[in-house]
Amino acid sequence: MENKELKSVVEALIFVSDKPFGINNIRDVVDNVPEAQVRQVIDELNAEYEQTGRSFIIQEVAGGFRMATRPEFASWLKSFYKSKVKERLTRPSLETLAIIAYKQPVTKPEIEAIRGVNTDGVITTLLERNLIKIAGRKDTPGRPLLYATTNEFLAHFGLGAISEMPKLPEVQQLIDAAPGPRLDITEEKNDTIQTA
Amino acid sequence: MYKVKLEEFEGPLDLLLFLIKKDEIDIYDIPIAMVTEQYLQYLELMELMDLDIAGEFLVMAATLMHIKSKMLLPPEERSPEEAEEEDPRAELVKRLIEYKAFKEAASSLQSLESRQRDLFHRPGDMDAVEVECNGEKFFEASLFDLISAFSTVFANVSKEAFLEVIKEQVTVEQKVHDILHLLVDKPSFALKDLFDSSKSKIEMVVVFLALLELMKIHSIMAVQKELFGEIQIIRNPAVIEPTKV
Repeated sequence: MENKELKSVVEALIFVSDKPFGINNIRDVVDNVPEAQVRQVIDELNAEYEQTGRSFIIQEVAGGFRMATRPEFASWLKSFYKSKVKERLTRPSLETLAIIAYKQPVTKPEIEAIRGVNTDGVITTLLERNLIKIAGRKDTPGRPLLYATTNEFLAHFGLGAISEMPKLPEVQQLIDAAPGPRLDITEEKNDTIQTA
Repeated sequence: MYKVKLEEFEGPLDLLLFLIKKDEIDIYDIPIAMVTEQYLQYLELMELMDLDIAGEFLVMAATLMHIKSKMLLPPEERSPEEAEEEDPRAELVKRLIEYKAFKEAASSLQSLESRQRDLFHRPGDMDAVEVECNGEKFFEASLFDLISAFSTVFANVSKEAFLEVIKEQVTVEQKVHDILHLLVDKPSFALKDLFDSSKSKIEMVVVFLALLELMKIHSIMAVQKELFGEIQIIRNPAVIEPTKV
């Protein structure tokens, strides 16, 4: 398929979709098109939008692509689409989400050990807002629930994948520099997880 | 009149970090006596202002005083085991550093959030799971979808139908069998049809429970084509074909 045609097809697919359109979905429609080529045409589309002064871009979130308006139009859109304006997350919510995002799957006691405060209410709020989900139970006494982030979480922060999270490298270095035995914050990744 | 501006702290670790930052203290060499004193002053202030002091703040106060007392012991008077022990502050320092890292991570999430809040897009359920059945695409219905479907069915049933008083003998087990039987004959059926054949309220509830049970053990899936669309029951494609019971 010609690049020009592919570009239009990709644009049409993303335009219609009501949730981020995955690269694999594009490849289902257009046989044997390499991922790199799809990404290339999307880059080209974004460059064209920029040049021609369009009000939107194609954004990569949660493993797919969707059209979103440019930030400079936010003030106009906010006044009309009031219901679309998402409430800001509170400090405790952000802290808890950060811990879950970096350490998932993680239990409530593990989160509370880091934050030093009770986290019940925050977890309920995050579950209600669909930013986290229950990812099973940990095989330790009491079989506590494990929490993990959702695609909604990625979309809320405009991340394409969890790997795009800002890195936490300094943490490990700082802890290594501390007196006393080494503390590994990336521990317990291989726990047995059972689906709930 | 004095005006006191008191920052709101997320917890004891947050308060400690604030005290450390305020006096530009080296986090690896915290003057425990001074920090403890300041920490207790803050607690007093919070009490004066009638703020609820969470238990965690008091636990930390006790920890600080414990560390302080340990540090007061001159080295020669410590028992051999204690002398070999690490700096009494080490554990606290580790916790502070770890908490600080996530606090900073929370800040970077906050700036990502602000950036993303200015981008508008179409609504859509990000986490809907797509399944294919007979070449048609569905996504999994949530528990809330099921409950609302159930309440619709329930609301549509005419009241008269329940005047008879007969002790029903339906069990969840029996309904589980019935549902699986239906799925042997055809690949899918509408949730509504299932309830239409029910004769009483109790039976409908039992059918619903049987559905939930089968979904829990991943034998079946409740799916729909669009949001608030009709719910279809299908065999879970990930599980082997059910055999005739």
